[in-house]
Amino acid sequence: MIQIRDLNKKYGTLQALSSVDMEIEPGRITAVLGPNGAGKTTLIKSILGLVKPDSGTITVDGIRVNGESRYREMIGYMPQLARYPENLTVTEIVEMIRDIRKSATGTGSSSSRDEMTGPADESGTKSGLSQAAGSDDMSVRNGKAPSTQKRDAHGETDLELWQRFGLDSEKDKPFRTLSGGNRQKVSAVLAFLFRPKVLFLDEPTSGLDPVSSSILKDKILAERDRGTTIILTSHIMSEVQELAYQVVYLLEGKIYFEHSVGGLLDETGQPTLERAIAVTLDRRLEVPAGAGGAS
Amino acid sequence: MKWCVIKIFQRLFAITAVIGIVAVGMCPATTEASQRLASIAGIGDVMASQSVSESVRILEVGDQKEYTRIADALSAASDGDTIRIHTGTYREHGLTVDRRVAIFGVGRPVIDVEEKGEGIRITAGNVHIEGLEIRNVPTSHSRDLAAIRFERVSGGKVIGNILDNTFFGIYLARSHDMEIRDNELRAYQTRESVSANGIHLWNSDRAVIKGNVVIGHRDGIYLEYVQESSIHNNHVEKNIRYGLHFMFSDDCIYHDNRFENNGAGVAVMYSRRVIMKHNEFVNNWGAASYGLLLKEITDSEIFENEFSGNTIGIRSEGSDRVKKYRNRFHRNGWAIRIMASSMDNLITENNFIDNAFDVSTNSRQQSRNRFEANYWDKYSGYDLKGDGFGDVPYRPVRLFSLIVERNPMALMLLRSMFVQILDLTERVMPTITPETLVDEKPLMREVRL
Amino acid sequence: MIGKILKYQLRDVIRSRWVIAYVLFFLVLTDILFRFGGDGLRVASSMMNIVLIVIPLASIVLGAFYLYNAREYIELLLCHPVKRHQLFWGMFLGLALPLVAAFSGGVLLPYLYNAASAEAWRAALMLVFTGSMLTVIFVAIAYYIALRFDDRIKGLGLALIICLFFTIIYDGIILFVIYIFSSYPLEKPVLVLSLLNPIDLGRILLLLQFDISALMGLTGAVFREFFGTALGMAISLASLLLWLAVPVIAGFRRFLVKDF
Repeated sequence: MIQIRDLNKKYGTLQALSSVDMEIEPGRITAVLGPNGAGKTTLIKSILGLVKPDSGTITVDGIRVNGESRYREMIGYMPQLARYPENLTVTEIVEMIRDIRKSATGTGSSSSRDEMTGPADESGTKSGLSQAAGSDDMSVRNGKAPSTQKRDAHGETDLELWQRFGLDSEKDKPFRTLSGGNRQKVSAVLAFLFRPKVLFLDEPTSGLDPVSSSILKDKILAERDRGTTIILTSHIMSEVQELAYQVVYLLEGKIYFEHSVGGLLDETGQPTLERAIAVTLDRRLEVPAGAGGAS
Repeated sequence: MKWCVIKIFQRLFAITAVIGIVAVGMCPATTEASQRLASIAGIGDVMASQSVSESVRILEVGDQKEYTRIADALSAASDGDTIRIHTGTYREHGLTVDRRVAIFGVGRPVIDVEEKGEGIRITAGNVHIEGLEIRNVPTSHSRDLAAIRFERVSGGKVIGNILDNTFFGIYLARSHDMEIRDNELRAYQTRESVSANGIHLWNSDRAVIKGNVVIGHRDGIYLEYVQESSIHNNHVEKNIRYGLHFMFSDDCIYHDNRFENNGAGVAVMYSRRVIMKHNEFVNNWGAASYGLLLKEITDSEIFENEFSGNTIGIRSEGSDRVKKYRNRFHRNGWAIRIMASSMDNLITENNFIDNAFDVSTNSRQQSRNRFEANYWDKYSGYDLKGDGFGDVPYRPVRLFSLIVERNPMALMLLRSMFVQILDLTERVMPTITPETLVDEKPLMREVRL
Repeated sequence: MIGKILKYQLRDVIRSRWVIAYVLFFLVLTDILFRFGGDGLRVASSMMNIVLIVIPLASIVLGAFYLYNAREYIELLLCHPVKRHQLFWGMFLGLALPLVAAFSGGVLLPYLYNAASAEAWRAALMLVFTGSMLTVIFVAIAYYIALRFDDRIKGLGLALIICLFFTIIYDGIILFVIYIFSSYPLEKPVLVLSLLNPIDLGRILLLLQFDISALMGLTGAVFREFFGTALGMAISLASLLLWLAVPVIAGFRRFLVKDF
């Protein structure tokens, strides 16, 4: 799904990423781990196109990431700290993102997954779209998020999280008045809204209460089961253990190791991922890149 | 209008009574009634001032008239005669009036000098010239060619003429007791060296110059060695040098004139006991331009004038004992520039509004002029006593104006924050600006004019 | 797309308290001047000093603040199929337009209900034009700074220093130069120097409106030519436009390649 070849990025004298080669397979959850300043954020931002690498290539589903904005139609991103225009209400923010998606290419939100695979997805007709999007606007504005089934039937936006988080009560509040947890919820809704093929979740559960946190985790797993490729970072190793199929460990801009979670536990004989990683780092095990994923 | 007609009829009646039906009878039936009335009214004036006993003739000049050339009529006329010049263009020049006649234009006849010399030269007293249009008097570097020139005469009137494209317009040399009224003078030169003055008086006393419009000459009105004259209600605009130029002329008064957009404004020089009131000095712009230049003027009064939009409102050099009061200075670059050579002037009850600089001077020495009880719009003091005067003195000379004095280019920084801070510090702690140039009791409100 | 981004930007900015405060500031000030001072021409002339100080400061500070606060938002939008150049214009106009509108509205409204003369309107419009240009220029400078320096303390500090420099220090330097080299022909250099500072430029444009009678007192053919004709106006305008173009383009180019 995502291929990274010989990726290098320098900030001044600091080598943020050096010769990173990586492959992320579709339909799996990959956790990018590492200490602060190891290059996690730089790596993710490079894939998102926010950071321009010095050299190397990144392709997402066959499309090269180099300032081309269209591939981002299949991406969802939930940042660690989301900030939207302070004086817009939650409803308006959702409306805005939808609006932007809609007018970006003329296809946007209603494209089915299959249509999205290549650059050839400009074929969607606009009139049908805007009608459909219009009905979305209405439903969000009225605070009645229609059932997920109905959404699926339309093949449109996914408002399941909106419903389950109970965001209706917040919908008319300006963003600046929201609590940290509610901001995080809005951010999550927006990340899942367009049923992306690739999801980036940066510390997704931080700031969420346990209930919401497990709702989100359920949603992440459900999306995975639907075939979505998910990349996440987290400081909570139990969460990673619970969700991720494989971990990529970065240290000083290099991939220190890359291994499946199951394999890692087996090899180290440790009960938890946290310990397994600690042991691995202790032993300074040299695991060739990509070898872990196969087992 | 109605009033006019009645007046004319009254006069008509009076004339008829005095000189009988003759004059009316001689009027050609072809001229318009109104013109006839007007010209007869004019005749009345002249006649009334003369003794009735003389035998008076009226000489008609015009196409198919008694005379076709003005010159012929002039040589045929004798003292007391009237010459009526009818509509048409007369290509004549160097006309001489050497006897006491009245010349009237009927329907605005044009005398086209065709750049060949001067227009009319008058050498007899009490000549009356009215209703003519004289054109195209050429530039000369050796002779003072004028459209109408009076030479050593006493008495005479020039009324309601149009002088178009002339070198000098009306020229008075050693001619006294003249009236120059309601004329319109236009010239079109753009360089000082090839143009001359609109109304030029030299050695001519007791003149009345009023209601004239003078545009585009070198000096609009020029007076040299003229005593006891009055210049009023004139409109003087766009002259190349001065609107009014005034030298060695004592005991004159000028009032209710408007001087606008003249090259260097109005210059009053080397004169005593001059009264200047109710004039407007407007938009006289330029590096060496001012509304009013006072040079060696003494014992004079300047009051109730409006100085607006001039680079310098009043520039005073070597002028003593001049009282300036109840004037309004509005939107000038410098309202008053008073040089150290001026002494014992009193400046009071004036309004200073929106001037870039209120007062400037070329010296940091003690000022010998008094500024008292003026209204300064920049004054920010208070009046706790409630007597209408600010409790804190006002210093109209800004530090910045002294800077500009030394380095004119610094003017580029006018109204910049930096300069405002400079001025503010100087105002709080005056160290450089002249200590004595101060209004001890500035007015809190504008003077009502 | 720029339109969409702009739409939501405007909605956000218009509701923010500082924009309302900004409108009120100019509205109240202009109104008070009308009440105390009378005619519209005088009001415009008095407002000139305030405009030349407040607008650069407010624009550069608000601009820098705004962009620093919008960092996360920009990142988020860039993860959607939005092109960077579209986002830049959306963000830039999204702040510059409300500021211009707030300032213009605040100043011009009292002119409407005070029934100002044609001449006063002309002066007011000139004032609003110059103020608007300065707004856009200083927002552009602020954006460039905020894009150039990720550290917001550093960026805001620099913004303030730049503002201070153009408002005060620069003119001090000009005066210094005039004094030091007073025996040399300095007309052209001084003229050029003032064209290099957008605030001085704005000031000269307004001086041509309000203090032309004083400016005509400048000796020297260069000045007379510059101020006496439409040439001065044209050159000032052109320089002002250049001042607008340079930071906008610099900011734009930076935005296109910046790592967020």
